[in-house]
Parts: sequence; C-alpha cells; structure tokens
Amino acid sequence: MKTDMPPSGTPLSEEDLANRNVLTVMYHPQAKYAWATGIAISKFLGGLKEGRICGSKCEKCGRIVVPPRIFCEYCFRRSDSYLTLPDTGIINTYSVSHISTDTTRLKTPIIPAVIEIDGTDKAGFLHILGEIEPDAIRIGMKVKAVWKHVSERTGSIMDIHYFRPIGE
Amino acid sequence: MTKFMRRAQETGKELSFEAVRNALDSCNMRIEDIESVALGSAPDAFDGIHMKGEYLLDGAGGWGKPYSRSYVGGGTGVFSLIHGWWHIASGLFDTCLVVAEEKMSSCLPHPQAAFLTIFDNMIERPLGPNLIWIFALEMQRYMQTYRIPKEQIAQVAVKNKQNALDHPSAQIAKRITLQDVLDSEVLAWPVQRLDISPVSDGACAVVLASENIARKITDSPVWIDGVGWNLDTAYWTNRDLYFPRYVANAARMAYQMAGVKNPRRDIDFAEPYDPFDYKELHHMEGLLLCRKGEAPKLTTEGVTQRDGKLPICPSGGLLGVGNPIAAAGLMKICELFWQLRGEAGKRQVAGDPRTGVAQAWGDLMQIGTVVVMRS
Amino acid sequence: MSTDISKVEGDFPVHFRYTVGVAGEKFFREIKDNGKLTGSRCKKCGITYVPPRIFCERCMSKLDEFVNVENTGTVETHTTCCRDSQGKAMEKPMRVAFVRFYGTHGGLIQKVHGDVSIGDKVRVVFKDKAQRTGSILDIAYFERL
Repeated sequence: MKTDMPPSGTPLSEEDLANRNVLTVMYHPQAKYAWATGIAISKFLGGLKEGRICGSKCEKCGRIVVPPRIFCEYCFRRSDSYLTLPDTGIINTYSVSHISTDTTRLKTPIIPAVIEIDGTDKAGFLHILGEIEPDAIRIGMKVKAVWKHVSERTGSIMDIHYFRPIGE
Repeated sequence: MTKFMRRAQETGKELSFEAVRNALDSCNMRIEDIESVALGSAPDAFDGIHMKGEYLLDGAGGWGKPYSRSYVGGGTGVFSLIHGWWHIASGLFDTCLVVAEEKMSSCLPHPQAAFLTIFDNMIERPLGPNLIWIFALEMQRYMQTYRIPKEQIAQVAVKNKQNALDHPSAQIAKRITLQDVLDSEVLAWPVQRLDISPVSDGACAVVLASENIARKITDSPVWIDGVGWNLDTAYWTNRDLYFPRYVANAARMAYQMAGVKNPRRDIDFAEPYDPFDYKELHHMEGLLLCRKGEAPKLTTEGVTQRDGKLPICPSGGLLGVGNPIAAAGLMKICELFWQLRGEAGKRQVAGDPRTGVAQAWGDLMQIGTVVVMRS
Repeated sequence: MSTDISKVEGDFPVHFRYTVGVAGEKFFREIKDNGKLTGSRCKKCGITYVPPRIFCERCMSKLDEFVNVENTGTVETHTTCCRDSQGKAMEKPMRVAFVRFYGTHGGLIQKVHGDVSIGDKVRVVFKDKAQRTGSILDIAYFERL
C-alpha cells in the first residue's frame, strides 16, 4: 500500500477571488419563509404577547418544561397540560459576545444566556441579559424578565426585552 | 485526503475526486472493485448546492452504484464511516468507499451565517445569535462547573496546532504559546480567536472491505471493531451542557461492541472532535477516557501529548489540520488508520498502538459518533 | 386562543461565490478569450466530456487532456418556457434546447432563436468578445444552421 502520496488541492487567497484571477459565479438565493409555529409555540408566543411565559407538563415523568411542546420526548407521549410559569429564573450559562451574526464586531457586547425558568425541571430558553456588568455575572444568579410595554408586544421572543438580576 | 484549505479552487466534485483517487491508488484498487459508496457532507448551505450528495456523486465514484449520503452536522465525518460499515456488516456488500467532503468557502459573507438556521427559527433566531454563542455557552458551563481556568483550556490549542506541523494536509499548523491564546481577540467570552478551528475546504476518502477481501488487499488491515452513535433532545436549553451524555452513550455502544471494558486502560490513543480547544477536554470525558472534570489535569501533566500515556489528537486535530466539517471527522479516521499501521511518520505515537478511538460531534450539541479501530 | 400566534417569518441571509473549478477554469476561459467550446477526454473509456471535467466518472481516471469542440451540435430535446423561475407568466415565451456536440458525451442548454425540432443542426452564437465575462451566459443562444 502507498500511504505517503502528497495531498492534492489548489489553495486560493481572498485576493485571487476578489481580483478574478480565477473565475467565479455569484448566486443570491431568494429564500423567504413563513413558518407555521405549530400548536405549542403558538401558545408560547401568544402568552408572551400577554406578558406571560407558558410551559407544558408531562404527568408520566412529571417534567414541567419550557418551551412548551405537544409531546414529552422522554416518555414519547402527548403532554398533558399547558401552564403559566413565573417570569423569573436563574442563569444556567452565559457568554459575552463581541461579534454579530455575520462575525462583524459589535460596539457594545451582547450577553446571551440560558435562563432556567422557576417552576420547571431545570428547563429554560435562550435570551439576553441586561442591566448587568459582565464581570458581575455568576451562574446561578436570580433573574427576572423585563417586558416590553404591552403596546409594543407582537407575540415574539423579543417581547421580553431581556432578563435582569434581582439579587438574592 | 486532500489538503485542507481556507479556499480551494477545486469544486466539491473535484475535491471528492482527488480524495477518492488518492484512496484507490493507496491500495491499488480500481473503482470497478468498489461495490457501494457512502458519502458524508454537512449542510447543503455551505457549498450552496441543493441535493449536495447527488451533486457530488460523480466525483465521489458513485456513478452507477448504490450510493447514499448521510448528514448529522459535525458528527458526519465519523458517522459516514459508520454508514459505510453498515454496508459491509449487513452482508450486502464486500466493499464500500466512504467519502467526506466540504466546501465552505463558497458561502458569503461568512459560512457562519449559514449556521444561523441551526438555532430555533421561531424563538431563538430573533435574538440575533451566531454560531460562537453555542460554544461559548457550553464552554462557560463546563469551565464553571469544574472551576477550570482558561489557561488549562488554552493548552489544547497550543498542543494541537503544534502536532499539526507534521500533518501534510494541515491548514493552520503553527507553533503558538499559551499567552498567544490568552491574548487573542475575545469573540464571545470565554471563546477567543485562537480557541477556534478554521473554516475549510477539503475531502477525505477511505476504502472499507469485508474480512476476506481485506486480507487480499493488504497484510495489515485495520479493523473497525466498534461503532456507536447517539443523539440527545433538540431542546438543548433543557439540558446541562457540562457533560455530553450523548457522546458517552455512543461511546458505550461502541466500546461494548469492541469489547473495551476499561476505556482508560484499553484505548491506546484517541482522536476526539476538537473544533474548539475546550471540546477536546469535554469529549475526552464524554468518551469515558477519564473522570468528569479530569481532562484538563491530564493535559497539564502531558499525558495527552504524542509521547504521553494517552495521546489525544496526535494528528493535530481540527485546531491544527483544519475543519471542513464532514471531512474533518473522516480525517480522524484516517489518522487512526495510519497510526495503527505505524505509518504516521513524525506524528507516530510511541509504543505500538493497537486500539484507537475517533469521535465526532455535531448539530446543536446533539450527536456523538464514535468508532473504535484496532490493528 | 385568540392571541395564539400562528406564523413566524424569516429568510436565509447568505449568498454564494462558487469557484468554477479546475476544469471549469479551462472551459470558461476558452469561451471568454476565444469563443470556443472545450471538452476533456478519457483515453481509457474513449469518451470526451462536455462540459469538461478533471475526472472520468466511469473509471475514475484523472483527465488532463482538454480538446476543442466544434461550435455546432444537434438538438437532443427542447421546450418552450411560459413561466419564469418564480412562477410568473412571461411576456414572451422562451424556447430552450439541450444540444449535444458531435463525438462528445454531454451537452449544453441555452436559449434558441427561432424554431427547432429534435435532430436539427444548430450553431452556438457567442456574445461579442467585449461582453464576455467567462460565464455560461457568454453563449447568447443557439440557432439553426
């Protein structure tokens, strides 16, 4: 067997492409979507518009979870009920992000976090932290949702402005 | 395998062909000897080609053959080997060509933007996330659960980029210092620029054969003794990210098949998936190669160096060789192959290794794919 | 519930810059610079591929013999498009043909000027050199000989 053949490949630089040293073809897809939210998330988003966080419960394993779902994926059976949860929780994990979606640098960092919502079985969702300095953040800190004014809420995850610390 | 590059001139088909031609030449086989083809490639959105598997088929040697493509995010490279293994283990075929390809450079403004849709389209995308958030959130949880200082994580980047200096396909092999990593640009704390593997184009190919055919091709075949794959719920915010239980489940499945009873003792070296430096540690623990929280200490003690008792990523990993998503995982399989045959050249680990494990990981922290190979 | 929200909108914020590849570079440069078509030849299988490629899909040989191909071919099939790619009715229907070139394997698709039938001999009409960019659209149309 021969296992020492040099690997092939023709590396290019960004200049090669920008200067058209090699030929390229551009394509701008026109993909737009209108996703059906489904039964559970439509309740969740409807709840957010009303200023409340909605979860679901499986009576078999007893888990209360958020985001709500029509099935418990552990027991693989239908969820038994939907319920309103507190809008408080604790920080499970967080990051201090200096880059945006397309990797450009942000002037002010954004602080994403997973918030475990009170009343659930360590279930939570992704959101943003506010009114806090990065150095002061601790995993396990208690936080509370800061809601947009009712007139500004549209039934979106952004109806919660951010989560802020509420002390011990 | 091809070189791993930031931007290749070759199309995806051409990259696949170069890797396949290499693989066939290495064992003096012809495409006519190949009965089936299993290709792995991650999102169509990177190459910007719909039905990417079908598009790559002719370059991947699949013309007129039973051909199929698998896709499980970053887990794809190792999974493609498992997908190929099914073809032979089922008794349906005597030979299978496994190919993994990725051409990420076509995606603008940056391939990372194609990852946006990995987040929940309804309740996560509006927050404006980026791919780095996933790793930063998981890394933070892992570090804080065990109080691991950043220095201990950063040493993995130093090790792997240096190991890659001896890999002929390496894209960003370099001698760097711990301080270089700690001084590098903060992207999303705790993730800094030198903690991350690059965007890459590249392809790998591997020839699988049943027992009787393998012995006709070579005197020293390498055997796939165990395979495992396992996925966790997509509701990632309902899980504790400090430990990848789905990697452990996949490892147990592979170890049981391979008769590995004590992984730390029975495994001679490992290629866990290392798109970020902390992931090597996270996955060492997921592969049950050490206790939870112990991986940083083993690294500090030099246990995971090439001349250590348990070499980890002797290839240089994704951090040093590059990360064309699917091809990166199969690169680790190639490394196991070369190491187990004593053909890894300057990368060869000491002590005549007999058993190696390769692992990949992907999706929204969801899949573990594990393969145990022996000489 | 009257406040249940039934849909969420979004898009896919990426675009693509494809390299034409090693074989494509030869094909498109020859069109751009010289207004000629190119194929690549597999000696083992005796096949000339149009468009050219660097591998033969049948025997997986590496192909490095590129040959000029005549600018005339035969209509393999054709159709008339009445709706555009977004499904809107077109003001003027567009006829396209798939044309094979003598002695080669494969072919090209492009607009046709005038009527054609299957089996008709057609010629490739390129744009003027000054307007050519090294794109498949450098082929302006086919027309019957």
